[in-house]
Amino acid sequence: MSNAFTRNRLLWFAGGLVLAVIVLVFVAGWLAGRTTARHDEERAARAATQAAHAPAAGSALGRTDMQQIDALRRGIPVDQEAAPMPLARVENADRRRERAYPMQPPTIPHAIDGYQVDKNSNRCMLCHARANAEKFQAPPVSVTHYMDRDDQFLAAISPRRYFCNQCHVVQTDARLLVGNHFQTIDEVMAAAEAGTATAEASGKVQ
Amino acid sequence: MRRLWEWLEPYWRTLRRPSVHYSLGFLVAAGFVAGILFWGGFNTALEATNTEKFCTSCHEMHDNVFQELKQTIHYSNRSGVRATCPDCHVPHQWTDKIARKMQASKEVWGKIFGTVNTREKFIDKRLELAMHEWARLKANDSLECRNCHDYQSMDLTRQSSRAAQIHKRWLHTREKTCIDCHKGIAHQLPDMAGVPQG
Repeated sequence: MSNAFTRNRLLWFAGGLVLAVIVLVFVAGWLAGRTTARHDEERAARAATQAAHAPAAGSALGRTDMQQIDALRRGIPVDQEAAPMPLARVENADRRRERAYPMQPPTIPHAIDGYQVDKNSNRCMLCHARANAEKFQAPPVSVTHYMDRDDQFLAAISPRRYFCNQCHVVQTDARLLVGNHFQTIDEVMAAAEAGTATAEASGKVQ
Repeated sequence: MRRLWEWLEPYWRTLRRPSVHYSLGFLVAAGFVAGILFWGGFNTALEATNTEKFCTSCHEMHDNVFQELKQTIHYSNRSGVRATCPDCHVPHQWTDKIARKMQASKEVWGKIFGTVNTREKFIDKRLELAMHEWARLKANDSLECRNCHDYQSMDLTRQSSRAAQIHKRWLHTREKTCIDCHKGIAHQLPDMAGVPQG
């Protein structure tokens, strides 16, 4: 035994040295890791207190007060991933809605999931074409959609009016991303007649 | 012809001769067992060709219609019930199924000779293929739809008022069948110019 030790003394020494270095590196790494973990904890705690202070914030969905235009991130810091909002439901009551202004394209009062509108087929026109409107009791497409841009009437729907979704859209029960003070012309006129200022001044927010 | 008969004759004579070694009981029992094996094997093979996996194993189906199916409610929806290819394209009842399968031998022919082996060929042929399916569903009163969507089980009050009204008016009176209005429910439609709809 001692014979083996004396013969390979250099080797044993080198082995011990390597072992010591490994232990040193491990301890150093462990210490460094512990400090960063503590920093992370502190940062998380700070974020939590900030979230608690911020009004209506701190839900898993992010800020819900929507005071700022931040529709994509909803106030969630860029280094955090937000849980997506639940999908909004399309209103499907088949009741025609009021138009907010005279030339507004009417909104679609029903779901149009999976409707094929392309070169081959236009699912909307199945019911809303003049020929089929009576059968399905659907409002027929306006005559303006059968005109070219020089106001000449066409037999079939005009290509520039073909893609219904460009102007007509479904409505969902989604929350407004940004508040607004929009008033219809009727409301403005009613307010003027009553002698009051506009509803905006009286603090009405739609 | 005569040469053929000369060659066949000994086999034919053997077949016609009554069995001398095996008892009637053995022959009956063996026939019974063989029948079970044959029938089970036949049905297993038939069902193997009646799966989505089999249908989409050829790229004609996998790259065209299957990709389109994936985007529809018949492939993915909130409740997780879904239709596979044979649910709509192969009748569930035995005689109808066998008739359809015999028809489908044309598809084997098409596969071997590459009738629709490119996207362009498929699109060119799409209207004709779709018309066959519409005609088939129209003729059998949309049997494959009705395997799942039974009018008696439809709660019209839970449909949108427009849907309820139309189903009551056209489906209940049996004036129209599902395919009349719901063409392209699981795949994209071909060029529909000139095809009566609704």
